[in-house]
Amino acid sequence: MNIDWPWPWLERNLDDIGTATGEHLYLALLPVLAGLLISVPLGWASSRWGVARGILVPLAGVLYTIPSLALITLVPLLMGTRIIDPLNVQVPLAIYTIALLVRSVSDALLAVPGEVTAAATAVGYRPFHRFLTVELPLAVPVIIAGLRVAVVSAMSLTSVGALVGIGGLGGLITEGFLRNNGVELVVAIILIVVIALVIDALLLLVGRVITPWSRAQQRTGAKA
Amino acid sequence: MNSTFTWLFDPEHWSGPTGIPARILEHLGYTALTVLIAAVIAVPLGAIIGHTGRGTFLVAGLSNGLRALPELGLLTLLVLLTYVGLMPVVISLVILAIPPVLAGTYAGIRNVDRSVVDAAHGMGMRGSTVLLQVELPNALPLILGGIRAATLQVIATATIAAYVSLGGLGRFVIDGNNAGAGSPDGYPQMAAGAIVVALLALAVEGVLALVERGVVSPGVRNASKTQRTSRLRRRPTTDLVENPT
Repeated sequence: MNIDWPWPWLERNLDDIGTATGEHLYLALLPVLAGLLISVPLGWASSRWGVARGILVPLAGVLYTIPSLALITLVPLLMGTRIIDPLNVQVPLAIYTIALLVRSVSDALLAVPGEVTAAATAVGYRPFHRFLTVELPLAVPVIIAGLRVAVVSAMSLTSVGALVGIGGLGGLITEGFLRNNGVELVVAIILIVVIALVIDALLLLVGRVITPWSRAQQRTGAKA
Repeated sequence: MNSTFTWLFDPEHWSGPTGIPARILEHLGYTALTVLIAAVIAVPLGAIIGHTGRGTFLVAGLSNGLRALPELGLLTLLVLLTYVGLMPVVISLVILAIPPVLAGTYAGIRNVDRSVVDAAHGMGMRGSTVLLQVELPNALPLILGGIRAATLQVIATATIAAYVSLGGLGRFVIDGNNAGAGSPDGYPQMAAGAIVVALLALAVEGVLALVERGVVSPGVRNASKTQRTSRLRRRPTTDLVENPT
């Protein structure tokens, strides 16, 4: 492998690296966000109705099992997209996010103690309001934990799209491989890992900030 | 869609060393070899870490750290650093397969009811006997769960490894992509390969789920069933979440 002093290559290609990074974030983050928005109502439905849970949770398991390259390849067949449509990568990533989160959201909502929802109902919360302001916030730690796995996996899986021509930083990986350019390859890997870990840390932080009660409980030693 | 199924059911694509059955066998061969190596390394390591409680950071660190590492990057980097061939690919697949097995074994041993372990000690069993005869059988469901997760990870990544010249089912996707979208061996070949890979992953998942049922001791299986009601009360954890592959 050809590893030169990396700065000259980096300097010459800073623009391309920036573009690829932007593309990578667009390919990876949008589907995770869409997946989150879809999985909250689905998770709610499957926490409420046994039938919905009986269908959604096994279906999520099946979809989660399908290898990424297969799913990416099959989107044009199933949805009629062009071979290099960004959706070919984004739809599978959204599916993985939903498959991961539906179960977490459902479990988290089921774990909300009955006396808490009963108390909220007793002080006059209507069901929808109660869901948004009492049950969903209590499920946040679990949702954030699932979201962290989803986002980190999405950052890494996006690069698989490079094998069919849609890759963000994955494009630098395949290009670096074909041109025997170790610097390009390593830069792409490092960027993917570092950005994933930064987003992971940000999510952890956001989760702490929006659930101040969990910290208060830890301090006072009250049971969670 | 029609051209995909025409390609898939063309008898010509079902025979010979580059036919679908041969590629399935190749794919399963790589997967079995890799998971076997990973299990030989990770099961004893996870058992020792779980039993002694030393090196716990290694388990969490490995599974979190490797989740962010792009498989394609690891594969291409190892091939560039060494040579084009089976060994670099198998090494990267083993690296990816170790964390789930390690995490499953560790969690399995840790989750064994302390009173069961205490009872075993109380009966005069030595540490190693406790590990082999009490902790490991009780941990078997989670160990097998880890092996199943690793197997699916390897099936998926072996598909990607066709890019660095590995055989197996990924060949259809990569060769189809190289043939160009307009060619009859282009997208139809890719989609047909993808369908076979997806079905293979689902079939393997099903078979491993059956194996899990078959080998886990009935006592352990029933114990986990009676615990289920109390599990719902516990805060769900995501420690053992498998990665999408």
